[in-house]
Amino acid sequence: MTHPLLDIRNLHLTMTSFDGAAHVLNGIDLTVNRGEIWGLVGESGCGKSLTGLSISRLVSTPPARYIDGEILFEGRDILSLPAKEVQSLRGKRIGMIFQDPTTNLNPSYRIGEQLVDVALAAARHDASILDCPPNASRRERRRAARRLAGDMLDRVGIPNAEARLDNYPHEFSGGMRQRVLIAMALIGRPDLLIADEPTTALDVSVQAQILKLLKGTVADHFIGVILITHNLGVVAETCSHVAVMYAGNIVESGPVAEVIERPAHPYTKALMASIPTKHSKRGSLNGLGGSVPNLISAPPGCRFAPRCPHAVEACTQTLPKPVQVGGTHHAACIRLTETEDLVDA
Amino acid sequence: MSEIAQTSEAEIPRPADDRLRRALFRFRQSKLSMLGAAVVAIVLFFTAFGTVLAPYPEHIAGAVDTANRFQPPSLTHPFGTNELGQDVLSLVMAGATVSVLAGFGVVLIGTLIGTLVGAVAGFVGGWTDEGLMRLTDLTLTIPSLILAMAIAAALGPGFTNMVIAISLSWWPGYARLVRGEVLAAREEVYVTAARAIGANPSRILFRHILPNVVSPIIVKMSLDMGFAILTVAGLGFIGIGVRPPTPEWGTLLSLSRSYMPDYWWTAMAPGMAMFFAVFGFNLLGDGLRDILDPKARR
Amino acid sequence: MLYFILRRILLLIPVVIGLTVIMFAIARLLPGDPVSLAAGPNATQSEIDALAREFGLDQPIWTQYFDYLSGLLHGDLGTSLLTRRPVAADIAAYLPATLELVIAAMLIAVCIGIPLGLATAVWRNRWPDYLSQVVAIGAISMPRFFLGLLLQLCFAMWLMWLPLGGRLPIIVIPPPTVTGFLTIDSLLAGDMHTFVTALRHLAMPAIAMSLSPLATIMRMMRASTIEVMSQDYVTTARALGLPRAKIILKYIARNAVSATLTVIGLYFGWLLGGTVLVETVFDWPGLGLYATKAIISQDMMPVIGVALVIGLMFVAANLVIDLLYGVINPKVRYS
Repeated sequence: MTHPLLDIRNLHLTMTSFDGAAHVLNGIDLTVNRGEIWGLVGESGCGKSLTGLSISRLVSTPPARYIDGEILFEGRDILSLPAKEVQSLRGKRIGMIFQDPTTNLNPSYRIGEQLVDVALAAARHDASILDCPPNASRRERRRAARRLAGDMLDRVGIPNAEARLDNYPHEFSGGMRQRVLIAMALIGRPDLLIADEPTTALDVSVQAQILKLLKGTVADHFIGVILITHNLGVVAETCSHVAVMYAGNIVESGPVAEVIERPAHPYTKALMASIPTKHSKRGSLNGLGGSVPNLISAPPGCRFAPRCPHAVEACTQTLPKPVQVGGTHHAACIRLTETEDLVDA
Repeated sequence: MSEIAQTSEAEIPRPADDRLRRALFRFRQSKLSMLGAAVVAIVLFFTAFGTVLAPYPEHIAGAVDTANRFQPPSLTHPFGTNELGQDVLSLVMAGATVSVLAGFGVVLIGTLIGTLVGAVAGFVGGWTDEGLMRLTDLTLTIPSLILAMAIAAALGPGFTNMVIAISLSWWPGYARLVRGEVLAAREEVYVTAARAIGANPSRILFRHILPNVVSPIIVKMSLDMGFAILTVAGLGFIGIGVRPPTPEWGTLLSLSRSYMPDYWWTAMAPGMAMFFAVFGFNLLGDGLRDILDPKARR
Repeated sequence: MLYFILRRILLLIPVVIGLTVIMFAIARLLPGDPVSLAAGPNATQSEIDALAREFGLDQPIWTQYFDYLSGLLHGDLGTSLLTRRPVAADIAAYLPATLELVIAAMLIAVCIGIPLGLATAVWRNRWPDYLSQVVAIGAISMPRFFLGLLLQLCFAMWLMWLPLGGRLPIIVIPPPTVTGFLTIDSLLAGDMHTFVTALRHLAMPAIAMSLSPLATIMRMMRASTIEVMSQDYVTTARALGLPRAKIILKYIARNAVSATLTVIGLYFGWLLGGTVLVETVFDWPGLGLYATKAIISQDMMPVIGVALVIGLMFVAANLVIDLLYGVINPKVRYS
C-alpha cells in the first residue's frame, strides 16, 4: 500500500499566551503528493506558517499544544515519532526555506561551511548523498560534502560557485542568499520541500527567478512542495494546487486553475477581488473590510462569518465542512449554491 | 488577571497609576527581587537602629573589656569578642550605620555630579559636550579604586573625606547615562513643542527632560549601592578613610586579620554583614532594572 | 587594519596628557604635605626645603608638570620621594606580577563563565538556571578581600594545602626573567618544581580575583545566548536537521561569545585597577600593593605612574577586544 507523501488530518493546535489559549489551527486537512506544488495562502496570522513549521515539528510545546489530528509523512505520524526520528527527517526528507534570507544564514560562518554541515548531518542517515565509500575518513567525507555543496550552488544558479563557498553571507545579495538557502534545503535531497514566503523579501525580478528555480526542482527531482505565501499572483504562476486558509481553517482547496477561475468560497472571492488588475479603475482598490477575528474566544461557527457579505444566522452555529465543488476542488461554506448567483449578479 | 480586567472596566485608571500597578505586579512576580527587598529592609533597619539595639552600646563608644578578650562565639557574645574584649556583634550592628550611610552618600553625590555633568553636556551640546565627555572618559580610564584612594589620602582621614573621595571617582557612569538619555529626550516631540512656545531652556531641562531619565538613574543607583558599600569597606580595609574606633566593616575586618587562624570569628561577622548587605542591594537592583528599564529586559 | 591600529594609538596621546593632568591636580592641589612626610617626623624645616628642592617640588606646578611630560618622552616616570628609586623601574618590576594575576583570574573566569552561561541558557527556566542566577548575584556581591581571607583561613591556615601569600618563598631562586610571569618563566627554564610552587602561590589570589568576573561573564553569556537562540538562522539549522549539540556548540556559541567579548574587555581593564585589595590580602608584590604603599605615604609619583600605566593598558585591552571582535564577526572587519 502506498501512502501519499504528506497527509495532514484534522490538525488542531492551540497557543497559550498571557491572555488565554488561542485555537490557531482549527482542523487542517491537506494531502500533498510527489510532483505537486501546493500554494498555502492567507492573511498574516491565519496559521499558514504554523502549519508549515508543524510538519517539521518546529513549533515549541509549550506554549503550543496539539490537541487533535495527525501529520502523516509517508504514513508515519510526525507528531508521535520520537524526537530522534523527527531529527533524522529534517533536512534529509523534509527541507525548509524561510522568508528572510538576510537572517536565516549564520553571519559568522562561510556559506560553504554551513552547507557542508547540513550535508554531513543528512549523510548520517543516508550515506549515498556524499557519494563516497562507507568507510571513508572524516576528511574524505568533508571533502565530498564540500564538492556536493559546490555542485548545489551551481545548480541553484550561483555563478562561480566553487569560489563563492568561501564567502560570508553578507557578501551575497538578497536573491543570491535565498539561492544559497534553497541549495541548503535541497542538499540532503528531501522528498518534501516547505517554502515559507521564500520570495516576500526579494525584488520582483529576483522573485520570478527563484520561483522558476523551485518549479524546475520539482520537475527534476519529483518532490512535493508546500509554498506558503500571501500572494495569489505567486500561486497562480507557480503552483499546481492551492489551499486558502482563513483564521486556522482551510476554507477552499483544489487545483490552481479551477480555484482561481471559479473561486467558490466568499473569502477566496474577496481575495481575488482585492488583486488590482490592469483593467481595474484607477483609485479603486478593493480591500476586504474588517480584520481577522480574535482566536481566543472564537465563536463555534464559520470564522469568516463576521466579515462575510453573505452570512446568515446558520453560519454562526457550526463550523462548515468542506463540500466538493468539482473534482478535487473543495470549499468549506454552507451557502455555496446561493452565493454563486449573488456574486455573479 | 481577571481582577485587573474588572477594575479597568469599572474605572479607567490614569496611565501613571496603571504603570505603577503593573510594575508592582511584575515586582511581586519576581521572587528574587522580593528577597532582595527583604534583605535591604533588614539592612536599612540596622542602619537606622543598629547603634540603639546593640547589646553592648558602650563598646561602640570605645569602651574596652580586657578581661573578656577573644571570647569565642557564645550566647552572651553570638559572634565572640575581639582583641579589646568588645562584642563583635555590637560593633557590626553599629557598622551598618557607617557603611550603608557612606555607600548611600557616595551614590547620592556621584549621581548629583554625574547628572549635572551629563545633563549640561547633552543639553548644551557643541564644545561643552565635547569637553565634558572627554573629561568623563578620562576619569573612567583611571582605575577608580586607586583614584579614590589617592584623593582620600590627600584629603586626610575621616568619614566625610572618604565619601567625597569615592564620589569623585563615581560620577562618570552617571554622566554618560544621563547624557545619552537627555540626547534621546531632546528629540522627543514634547520637548520640541516646549521649545516652540519659547520655554526657558533650564525649565525645559528640569521640567521636561530630567523627569524622564529618573527611572534609569534609580536603577543604576540601586545597582551601585552594593558596589559603593564594597568600595567603602575596601578603603577601610586598606587603612585609608575611616579610622578605628569608628566601627566600619572594612576596618573591623582589617583589624581581625592579624588574629586570623586562632581568633577567626572576629572576621566572620563583619565579612558576612558586608556580603549580606551587598547581596540584598544587588538582588533588588537587578529586579528593579527588569521592571523599570524595559529596554534592558530580555 | 594597520591604519585602524595606528589611529587608535595616536588617540592615546590625549589620554596620556589628560591622565597626567588629572593625577597632577590631585597630587598638588589637594591638601597634604608629602615632603615633610617623606623627610620623617624629626626633620628640620631646612631639611624639608632641601628635599623639596631636590625633587623640584619648590617649582610652580606648571614647571613641574612640563618637566614630568618631557621626562615621560624618555620613559622616565619620575622618582619616588620615599625610596628614591625611579618609578619606571619599580613599575617594570611589579607589573608582571599584577598581569600574571589578572590574566590567570580572567582565564578562570572565561573558561568557566562561558560554558556555564551557555549551559544555563540552554536549560533556562529550570531549577539549575534559577539557582545559578542567585549564586551569580551572590558571587558578584562577595567582597574579594573577604573571600581572600576565607580562602587563606581554610586552605592555608587550617588545611595547609596552599601557601599563605607572596609569589614564591624566599628560599626558592626565581627562574631567569623572560616574560616576568613566574609560571611561564619557570616552564621555559624547564624547572617543574618552581612552576608548581609558583602555581600554588597563584591559585588562591587568582580564584579570589576571578569570582566576580566569572559571574558577570556567565550572566552576560546567558543573556546573549538566549538572544541568539531566537535568531532565524538557528531555526533554519534545526529545520535542516543539524544535530542539537552542533547547533549549540557551533552555531549559537560563537555568536553569543562575540557579544560577550565587550564585557570581557571591560572587565580586564577593571581588574587591572582592582587588584589592590587582593594583592594586599595575599601580599602579592604587584602594582596594587606598590600603589597602596605609595598612597599611604602620599608619595605621588608612583601613584601617577601606576594610574598612567593601568589607564593605558585599559585602553590597549579595549583595542585588542575590538580587533578580536573583527576576527570573530566577519561583518566588522576594519579596512
